[in-house]
Amino acid sequence: MWDYSEKVLEHYRNPRNVGKIEDADLIGEAGSLACGDSLKLYIKLDGNKIKDAKFLTFGCGSAVASSSILTEMIIGKTLDEVRQITNKDIADELGGLPQEKMHCSVMGQEALEDALKKYYGDGVEIRFAKESSDKVVCTCFNVTENQIWEAIKINGLKTVEEVTNYTKAGGACGRCKGAIQDILNTYYKKQESETKLTPTQKILKVGKVIEQEISPQLQKDGGDIELVDIEGNVVKVKLIGVCSSCKNASMTLKNFVESILKEKVDSNIIVEQVD
Amino acid sequence: MIYLDNNATTQVDKEVLKVMLPFLEEEYANPSSMYDFAKKPSVALKIAREQVRDFYGAEDVKEVFFTSCGSESANMAIKGALNCNKNKKHIITTKVEHPCVLNTYKSFENEGYKVDYISVSSDGQLNIDELKEKITKNTALVSVMWANNETGVINPVEEIAEIVKSKSPETVFFVDGVQAAGKIPMSVKDTQIDMVGISGHKFHAPKGVGALYVNKSCRLTPLINGGHQERGLRAGTENVPYIAGIGKAAELAKSALPYENSEIKRLRDKLENGILKNVFNARLNSPLINRVPNTTNIGFEYVEGELILLHLSDLGICASSGSACTSGSLEPSHVLRAMGIPFTALHGSIRFSLSRYTKESDIDFVIEKMPSIMDKLTKISPFQDELMKLKNLRR
Repeated sequence: MWDYSEKVLEHYRNPRNVGKIEDADLIGEAGSLACGDSLKLYIKLDGNKIKDAKFLTFGCGSAVASSSILTEMIIGKTLDEVRQITNKDIADELGGLPQEKMHCSVMGQEALEDALKKYYGDGVEIRFAKESSDKVVCTCFNVTENQIWEAIKINGLKTVEEVTNYTKAGGACGRCKGAIQDILNTYYKKQESETKLTPTQKILKVGKVIEQEISPQLQKDGGDIELVDIEGNVVKVKLIGVCSSCKNASMTLKNFVESILKEKVDSNIIVEQVD
Repeated sequence: MIYLDNNATTQVDKEVLKVMLPFLEEEYANPSSMYDFAKKPSVALKIAREQVRDFYGAEDVKEVFFTSCGSESANMAIKGALNCNKNKKHIITTKVEHPCVLNTYKSFENEGYKVDYISVSSDGQLNIDELKEKITKNTALVSVMWANNETGVINPVEEIAEIVKSKSPETVFFVDGVQAAGKIPMSVKDTQIDMVGISGHKFHAPKGVGALYVNKSCRLTPLINGGHQERGLRAGTENVPYIAGIGKAAELAKSALPYENSEIKRLRDKLENGILKNVFNARLNSPLINRVPNTTNIGFEYVEGELILLHLSDLGICASSGSACTSGSLEPSHVLRAMGIPFTALHGSIRFSLSRYTKESDIDFVIEKMPSIMDKLTKISPFQDELMKLKNLRR
């Protein structure tokens, strides 16, 4: 039994905006019957604004819920606004989806982009919608290299299993799993070189993360944290208030402060406490 | 709640529970111990072994071994037999076996075995000529399920046993009997079948106990080494309460066979015909012939199975699906694909499986609700033109 959120249950039971718009201005399609899920999205425009949207979906509960919530998310918005919507937004709006079902949210984004492609033409960056020239990696589910790349980028995917959960690629015969791993390797190598920071940039970034994300959390417990110095990858901090005398201080440093800095700034960061 | 998923698991019979309880409370002795206190548990094992022997229709109680589940029975049979025939490196099985059996053979492929997977026809019947052709003197093991869990198709295992033994007397023939147990009569003593595995929780015993019939002439090595229990073939202190339970369940199931093959079959047919008649996009995946009496598999075209199950569940109806989405895998049922079920219906396939606890009112309720569920769900489908064509065709 899947652990669906209340919102997913509510949307598969009572899907909103079901049907076809006969005189739709834009139609987006994703998936296929053979692959086990497919979505048709109809959009009616009023100038640059989405006046109405409807959908028809063949798929499981979370596919119907993703489609239904997507129509609610786009109605009344301008096309420039809906261009920013990602699969992550769709899943978040539903209160989360089980990992194995994330591909349903990707199908939503794919259909939306397929519709937008018809409006913007070639001059716009389209992330999920397929181009005929794209290289197909997974032939079982017809998933392209570009789609896998974008899913990794938007959702921060780290493993082949996660890529399968989000895109279905590799979920049938499994022969493309090596190719997916190659894409992951290339992506993270590229990202690493992009994120090489100068010492000054690093100090600024660490300071910002501490100020905006770490400090407010510690303040809730009556403590706080101060950045003292950075030497290479070693970030030296001082704990203040109740944190300074807390016997779990080293746990807080490792499990909370260090893991956030690793995630947001550099995976090689080590946090040390100074007095 | 209406429970129509009895091929997944069944409710424990109250009489079974009654037989088990003393061994979970005051009668806790180890049946191997020498004092009087161990007598009741040790007698309970004897009674259960006799009940399961009778259930199998086997000649001798020494041919009955207790295990923890159907998967263990299958693994014990397969690995035990292959270990005794190490010079032969060929296995024959079918494309529609249960995953616990299929995955065991897949692991042997990596160990240098050649495995042939025999095909089935569009109505799920095994291609026996193909099987016949594949048997050689080098075949260590042939393995065919007695009844299929998804479609209910019964394989003629008695006949297959004769074919196997006439072509290669030394080849071992294992039958996965998990889905046949309690649904059709078994009489292994009249056959040339070497081994049959069963699982208690499919016929109203609890989960956690199974059995394996091993013909006296068949040699095995144990899967679990240790003490003398189960005549040295399956070590570990006997699970007395559960073994007592499967014994009683076997006795009850055997006496319920006439009811199973008349009344349950009638209810199953009523459900099947009711749905096929009232729901325009329904098609029968199960064959009309050679089928266990409790199972039907129906495909609902252009609608996805998990969505159907969720809507059934909202009405308190429990069934299961061969759709990809329900299993967490991304591929639909290997059984229905082997039968070549069209993919318009593949993803929307629902299995209903009844038991002796199923009431006529349960069936009437499902027949009544199915059209309105399908009416709602077909409206969400993007394949409106195809559905319209289907509607006109069936009219």
